[in-house]
Amino acid sequence: MEFTTEQLRSVAQLARLELSESDVELYSRNLTDIMGMVEQLSAADTEGVTPMAHPLDMTQRLRPDAVTESNQRETFQALAPDTEDGHYGVPRVIE
Amino acid sequence: MSLHQKSVAELSAGLAAGEFSSRELTQYFLDRIGTHDGALNSFVTLTAEQALAQADVADTTRKAGDAGPLTGIPVAQKDIFCTQGVRTTCGSRMLENFIAPYTATVVRNMEQAGCVMLGKTNMDEFAMGSSNETSYYGAVKNPWGVEQNLVPGGSSGGSAAAVAGGLAPAATGTDTGGSIRQPAAISNLTGLKPTYGRCSRYGMIAFASSLDQAGPLAKSAEDCALMLGAMAGFDTADSTSVDAPVPDYTATLSEPMKGRKLGLPKEFLSDAVDPETREATDNALATYRNMGAEIVEISLPNMHLSVPTYYVVAPAEASSNLARYDGVRYGHRAEGVENLEDLYKRSRGEGFGAEVQRRIMVGTYVLSAGYYDAYYLKAQQVRRLISDDFVKAFEQVDAIIGPTTTGPAFAIGELVDDPVQMYLNDIFTIAANLAGLPALSMPAGFSGGKPVGVQLIGKVFDEAGILNAAHQFQQVTDFHRAMPEGFK
Amino acid sequence: MSAPDLNGWEVVIGLEVHVQLQTVSKIFSGASTAYGADPNTQACAIDLGMPGVLPVLNADAVRMAIKLGLAIDAEIAPRCVFARKHYFYPDLPKGYQISQYELPIVGLGKLDIDLDNGETKTIGITRAHLEEDAGKSVHEGFAGSGIDLNRAGTPLIEIVSEPDIGSAAEAVAYLKKLHSLVRYLEICDGNLQEGSFRCDANVSIRRPGDGFGTRTETKNLNSFRFVEKAINQEIERQIDVLESGGTITQETRLYNGATGVARAMRGKEEANDYRYFPDPDLLPVMTTESDIAAVRSTMPELPDAKRARFVSEFGLSDYDAGVLTSSRELADYYEAVLAAGAEPKMAANWVAGSLAAALNAEGVDIAESKVSPGQLAGLIARIDDNTISGKIAKDVFEAMWAEEGDADAIIDAKGLKQITDPDALGKIIDEVIANNPGQLAQYRGGKDKLFGFFVGQAMKATQGKANPAEVNKLLKEKLAE
Repeated sequence: MEFTTEQLRSVAQLARLELSESDVELYSRNLTDIMGMVEQLSAADTEGVTPMAHPLDMTQRLRPDAVTESNQRETFQALAPDTEDGHYGVPRVIE
Repeated sequence: MSLHQKSVAELSAGLAAGEFSSRELTQYFLDRIGTHDGALNSFVTLTAEQALAQADVADTTRKAGDAGPLTGIPVAQKDIFCTQGVRTTCGSRMLENFIAPYTATVVRNMEQAGCVMLGKTNMDEFAMGSSNETSYYGAVKNPWGVEQNLVPGGSSGGSAAAVAGGLAPAATGTDTGGSIRQPAAISNLTGLKPTYGRCSRYGMIAFASSLDQAGPLAKSAEDCALMLGAMAGFDTADSTSVDAPVPDYTATLSEPMKGRKLGLPKEFLSDAVDPETREATDNALATYRNMGAEIVEISLPNMHLSVPTYYVVAPAEASSNLARYDGVRYGHRAEGVENLEDLYKRSRGEGFGAEVQRRIMVGTYVLSAGYYDAYYLKAQQVRRLISDDFVKAFEQVDAIIGPTTTGPAFAIGELVDDPVQMYLNDIFTIAANLAGLPALSMPAGFSGGKPVGVQLIGKVFDEAGILNAAHQFQQVTDFHRAMPEGFK
Repeated sequence: MSAPDLNGWEVVIGLEVHVQLQTVSKIFSGASTAYGADPNTQACAIDLGMPGVLPVLNADAVRMAIKLGLAIDAEIAPRCVFARKHYFYPDLPKGYQISQYELPIVGLGKLDIDLDNGETKTIGITRAHLEEDAGKSVHEGFAGSGIDLNRAGTPLIEIVSEPDIGSAAEAVAYLKKLHSLVRYLEICDGNLQEGSFRCDANVSIRRPGDGFGTRTETKNLNSFRFVEKAINQEIERQIDVLESGGTITQETRLYNGATGVARAMRGKEEANDYRYFPDPDLLPVMTTESDIAAVRSTMPELPDAKRARFVSEFGLSDYDAGVLTSSRELADYYEAVLAAGAEPKMAANWVAGSLAAALNAEGVDIAESKVSPGQLAGLIARIDDNTISGKIAKDVFEAMWAEEGDADAIIDAKGLKQITDPDALGKIIDEVIANNPGQLAQYRGGKDKLFGFFVGQAMKATQGKANPAEVNKLLKEKLAE
């Protein structure tokens, strides 16, 4: 299967990755190869097989409803590229 | 014997006997790093000051009579574990300036056991790679072939090189598809990937959540047993952590191999395996037979589908796990962005390297509308088939044995342009991740003078069993004692 | 805005209601959910999507979801799964929202609503699933936008109705019923202004007998009034578009309560490809019969059952019972008034009448009522024992509302005690008759209507305190003399 540059661009858009033209070329070739390798799966007979999402057959543990965290805004916002007035700053959000 | 040639167990004995203090030991390894890491590039961040302070605390603990087996032992932490107040890069430009605001449970557990952290080791970016070449902080060289530019394997390449070169007695790694075992094999180390759920994933930066597992890289099975004892344990902060007591893995190391059944999957002996690696595996089988173990040929009929399955499941989970890196709350943010879209695309375009971008795109694609069933769901079904193969095999045998890799270390740049060839490096290691089983690699000989390893895969939560088998092997062989020229 | 002229079109509405669950901590972290804190002071490492963090599910969020499921007669899934829903937005820290997709915790259910014509209609509920709330973007005063993630990770249950709703009025009835229900269940504070109870409306129109038309989704409907206005507006818009030969575009529209105008959203125009898959950080949630039984044992009496009981036990009309059970607090208040000894029908009239009017006038909840159930029962007792008349009682109630004290104290202080003593009243009536000889003559001459005039004069002479029954009786006797 051929992974076209057009497909590549649309996946990159969905993943929010800015790619150069040469990246697009290279990655389309790479994804053609990778998806070609993945294609082997289609030969497997999986009729009636339950998908395995987890390696262990366990169930979710529940946490008691209690507040265990305190305010650490200063610590966290020291990591942020842009903050303003306790908020994280981003370019204008247009809804 | 110099300190860097000693195992953790031996250093532990030395500390207990008062032959040296933790401070002296720590300073010794810091000096080793100073001398040798220029050639290897195994550390991204050194934490010398903090290490010496921890060593002093360890020495005080020892004086007070409260020392455990790892009190005062210096270790290196893979830079995938969050360490509060210390830069945690995950090998990525994206996290170049990320000072973790909290500490990973595994690291915390090791601190509590008295371990001293020397620094953070280099790794493939976001643990995606089998050669450590995808790191933003430069490739790492394998001490077994600095001149030849050999890779140390990946993604825990920095940890492997540091231990192999004697820059740290032991190190942590993480293994999603072989990232502990493959570097261990080609760097002449013993490396263990525990059962999924054995070590907490809290604070371990996620690559593929249903596959990731932390484990040790060390010089021997005994050292891995000591390390795992400290790293493992139930953690309420990780929903996938298993609430089961951690056994003393060292207690069962001496069990005899007589009567033990080791399964050799015929699929592991394909033509892809290089002759000397094959020979090393055969020799290991002979060694086990000599110890009274029985070698049983078994089949894992869906084994050949493990790589394609993995390259759907792992990128899918990765594409999701890496969606949080958007340049808003932390991490790389592109300069002069015009709008939100621009912020996302350029920050992620600049912050992630090529291999990470490739996998994000593969993962995004296989989860996208119209492809989910054909790829993601299909892969989860095949994953079940692969896992069921193991269930069946373990009805017959106690553990599974085979080569860890198809061959020894390759040179930097050799496979970098061919992702699929690079991915096939993990052909023997991936299945254990898909099934969640414990597996280790141990030194088993050399191919063209370069180390190769043998892998043991155990039943669920039978880390003790494969550590025991590896230890018994190491009682009658000395591959694991070999150290590379220039680092002896 | 009144209901639009449908011109033969049929309206199809499905509602998605986001209910914030009133847990003290978030659904996947131990950060507080309290409303109104300084920005980002209640966003912990997990809420911020820091590298390496993992979610652990809040037990109470699960219990609350089960409670809702039981209340709408739904099947509780023995096994439900959390899935990741992906999209990039600055208020969504991880780049995905943890939600439920293929296997929600609550399956098919239903809710009965009362229509204006007195009939009951059953609205199907497709499903209800647990998920985490997103943060908020603020724009005013920022060069770009500011992101506050305090709300991120607040537990939500999203309740999705079947497209069974046929008008804006039905939509409002459904929402009010659901709103009352979640408050009865004590799983949501129901505060619409703070966004605890939010609604998105899927609206389409069609010709009767046709298949479904293209629908639009209108978001941001945070008051019942907005729901009604926005839906009616959307119906009119769709009718206009279709009748002028256009087609409806499937789109998300954002309603602005301040301007009363909705417009298509720009940010989400890219085809939604949420790439759902089971969250590998969370395991399947198993709910056993005994888990369900444990929740069932904590279920309060639900509005419909309470209403039926009010009718049968207290002899109320179905309408009054409906009004009194429209909120749990109101029903509890009513029952507290009865517990303090009041007669049920009178109590119903007072609670649904004067009290409700006073609350409405001040725009406060019953919890903030200035008249306690005990006080109201005290007032009713004085009507019942003829100490005061119903008319005077209204004045006493007003004084009580003004916090002047209990009924008895007010009656005493203001001298409002009803005059029932026949001797005292007889004297007053004698005077009234004596002072109005002309009217007396006319009355005796056959002008019966003037009886009312004498009653009025007697009441006036007593500042309304005379017992009306006694006045009637005495007047009849004395006028006949």
